[in-house]
Amino acid sequence: MEISPFVIFLAAIFTSNILLTNFLGMCSFLSVSREVESSLGLGMAVFFVMTFTTAINYIIYNLILVPLNIVYLQYIIFIIVIAAFVQLIEMLIERFSPVLYYTLGIFLPLITVNCAILGASLFMIIRQYNFLQSVLYGAGSGLGWLLAILALAGIRQRVRYNYVPTGLQGAGLSLIITGIMALGFIGFSGVVVIQ
Amino acid sequence: MIISVINTVLIVAAISGLLALLLVIADLLFANYGEMKITINGKKELVVKGGSSLLGLLNDNKIYLASACGGRGSCGFCKCKVNSGGGPLLPTEKPFLTPQEIEDNIRLSCQIKVKEDIFIEIPENIFNVQKYKAVVTEIKDLTYDIKELTLKLQEPASINFKAGQYVQLESPPYEKSRQSASRAYSISSSPDNQHFIQLIIRLVPAGICTTYIFDYLKSGDEINFTGPFGDFSIRDSQADMLFIAGGSGKAPIKSMVEYLYQHGSKRRMIYMFGARTRKDLYYTELFQDLEKKMVNFTYVPILSQPTEECEWKGKCGYVTPFFPEYIRDPQNTEAYLCGSPGMIAAVIKGLKSNGINEANIFYDSFA
Repeated sequence: MEISPFVIFLAAIFTSNILLTNFLGMCSFLSVSREVESSLGLGMAVFFVMTFTTAINYIIYNLILVPLNIVYLQYIIFIIVIAAFVQLIEMLIERFSPVLYYTLGIFLPLITVNCAILGASLFMIIRQYNFLQSVLYGAGSGLGWLLAILALAGIRQRVRYNYVPTGLQGAGLSLIITGIMALGFIGFSGVVVIQ
Repeated sequence: MIISVINTVLIVAAISGLLALLLVIADLLFANYGEMKITINGKKELVVKGGSSLLGLLNDNKIYLASACGGRGSCGFCKCKVNSGGGPLLPTEKPFLTPQEIEDNIRLSCQIKVKEDIFIEIPENIFNVQKYKAVVTEIKDLTYDIKELTLKLQEPASINFKAGQYVQLESPPYEKSRQSASRAYSISSSPDNQHFIQLIIRLVPAGICTTYIFDYLKSGDEINFTGPFGDFSIRDSQADMLFIAGGSGKAPIKSMVEYLYQHGSKRRMIYMFGARTRKDLYYTELFQDLEKKMVNFTYVPILSQPTEECEWKGKCGYVTPFFPEYIRDPQNTEAYLCGSPGMIAAVIKGLKSNGINEANIFYDSFA
């Protein structure tokens, strides 16, 4: 049965959140989640790049890799495409929109190596999505990632002014918070789920 | 089989080549900002190609701001004051700046991209930092574990520094260490001597740089260093001066005292030197000689663990109990300290309880 692209979009945000169910993109998730403001910038960048790279990678996969029978090269090709795309976007934003550059552009180099971005491209292949499904899956995953980092940043900003036992300070507490958040998001799985 | 391998390689190469080409074209079209001007401290002007980081552009022009991470925005050393033209403060800089620094327009130079004419301020002494090539002219034993190194400058042939500053000596790769290492040593000679510098080096067991100097370096060898660095220097006033040093911490103090002597300073100076046993004392004649030449200078060596064979008739114990004896007017006394962090902490505590203002305590602590 064909899953509706819209369902995929919703599921990618909530029940199958790429960060909270697959734990992808943890590195920048933990390091940039100190303040809501900067985590919003990074989250937007991830959302933007993920949406576009899934689309581009889908086209390249189906128009180049499949006909040439070299789908096993998808890992390398996807990484190269993502890196080049991020570079290009950074250059364009820096040149033409200083405002956007200062809120979003400076995070772009950080997400060249964000594994959630590669993960989204690989999942869309494994799950045999069509083009529309893929793009909405990418957009949904990006929004889900944004939601998760915003939530963590909000919590961490509050925690900063509370007493935290020495052993839990820093990454320890963040990981525990993330775990509890993941439980919360899985609570949605009765509504809709994608594999 | 072979054909499919070649095919694969070709396809990957073609795709990456295409993307690279795209990026190169984009770089030429979009990232070309033309020439910009960097104005430093309102007088020095650099014309640079815009679009890259301020730190990189300064480095290209031989102005070396400190940086330990190579411009990735993770060490926070490359701070400088940007008066205008740096764009808004970036979230990547914020974690490294205090609220006071943000108010003072301090920025991380590695995060700022030069996209318009920019006006910055950096400490004057940064201009002075250079890479020097020198030749070892003498290595002298001062004690069983401390050596005095004399270097004659080759290129550039002279150095301008303030008494109390330090240089970073570079040991090349050798038998026991495959990588070069650089370590900081205070200059012990007077700044009046611009063609030679002297360093006092204590052997650190298994230390990369000191082992090289103690076991491998010979008179006539070439060695490189960068400098001068540091803000430990004589404050310009007429206050009494109390110098306190331990171990190889004599170096910056010796430079200061010699400088003050050569310039006929009339300030009252006390130099307290803490050592363990008589074997650890050095430069004793030199300072006793200075004592005779300068009416206002007193040298007070103090041993913490004198043994029988020392036949020591001088003062014993740590330096702190002797402060009341030598501090004449605590409000009008500056203290200059050099030694291990533990010793510095103890001495600062002692000085404060003797009424010396914390603002008048200057120190150079080494690990």
